[in-house]
Amino acid sequence: MSLAFDALLCLLALLAALRAVAAGEGFSRVAAFMAYGLILGLVWVRLAAVDVALTEVAVGSGVTGLVLLRAVARDDAPAPLAAGLAYRLLAGVVALLVFAGLAAVVLLLPEPAPSLAPEVARHLPATDLGNPITAVLIVFRALDTLLETVVLLLALIGVWALSPDRTWAGRPAVLLPAPWSGALEFLARLVVPVGVLVGLYMFWAGADVPGGAFQGGAVLAAMALMAIAAGLLPRPVLARRRLRALLLAGPFGFLLVGVLGWVFADAFLAYPPGVEKAVIILVEAAITLSIAVTLALLVLGPPVAEETE
Amino acid sequence: MSAETLFGLAAAALCAIGIYGLMVGRGALARLIAFNLLGGGVFVLFGVVARRGAGAGFGGDPVPQALVITGIVVAFSATALGAALVERLAQLRAKGGAPSEEPEADT
Repeated sequence: MSLAFDALLCLLALLAALRAVAAGEGFSRVAAFMAYGLILGLVWVRLAAVDVALTEVAVGSGVTGLVLLRAVARDDAPAPLAAGLAYRLLAGVVALLVFAGLAAVVLLLPEPAPSLAPEVARHLPATDLGNPITAVLIVFRALDTLLETVVLLLALIGVWALSPDRTWAGRPAVLLPAPWSGALEFLARLVVPVGVLVGLYMFWAGADVPGGAFQGGAVLAAMALMAIAAGLLPRPVLARRRLRALLLAGPFGFLLVGVLGWVFADAFLAYPPGVEKAVIILVEAAITLSIAVTLALLVLGPPVAEETE
Repeated sequence: MSAETLFGLAAAALCAIGIYGLMVGRGALARLIAFNLLGGGVFVLFGVVARRGAGAGFGGDPVPQALVITGIVVAFSATALGAALVERLAQLRAKGGAPSEEPEADT
């Protein structure tokens, strides 16, 4: 029975993926892609990875979909000619080869499966955390997470760098150039407070149950975007020092804790013994805040000149 | 067939669809979407490996799961940058300075 459900999920994911690569206008392809992300979220739940499911739905489907929708709306490039039949056949053959290779790998995976789960379970008590994924992200593989926050920051700098010099200090373009409607504002007034609470809860509960900095940050970013789209919040002025401090708090706070690890513990990114939990929560709070602001600004896009709105 | 094998084969098919889309995609945005489809397939493949490593009271090996979370966020960063580049190209085209999709012969 559950295998039938899993097969149905796989089928839906494949159909959504095919729809997303099929010919058609950009908007419907992005919609198919967002559906694909939601279905993958269910797949992740079936794979007993609820943390990943939350991230996939919030970031992989939601925020990525928003960015793609924005790009579709602003990109007016004429679609280049479709590739020739021979080339499409070649691409099909390459895709089949990739499928055959990966399928062989899946069928020949070693038995018993190698796993670091016992190692994580053995060291989990030392971190005072109940969620093993948060422990891996913030403690055992802290360097990955530190670099990840830096990657987000670099992507934002890259996006901003695409604006002309004279608009550098301005505001991003209007996300939703729709006529004013009371419905959106009403919805935002209703949803945003609840959503902010959900985001904060995901961050706070992430220590012990599925959730964490990335999932909570993504929900907070979505709420900020909704408030901005509904006109409840002004579009941010990107040159504001306070905004930039929020962007830097996560990566550089994490880095500072890492360097202090040499002083108070015995290694880079080691947490001082005795107060691990408090330091971990501080680090998580800082990166949640920075992730929320960075994600929202990445969706809003580069600053534009005011007169072109 | 176990659920893990089923999801693994589906992930392999998703990767193949992504590769196909990357090769035949019409326009930069189509390729950006295909890149994300490919990424989703790779992540699920890794998730299958994590699920097979279940043990010690966890439903899956937490290390690959955490790496996938990192991967999803990094893939989003790359997508956001790519989308901004596409929009910038559209702006330049509108201004007339139009770098077209085909490289010019004499530059």
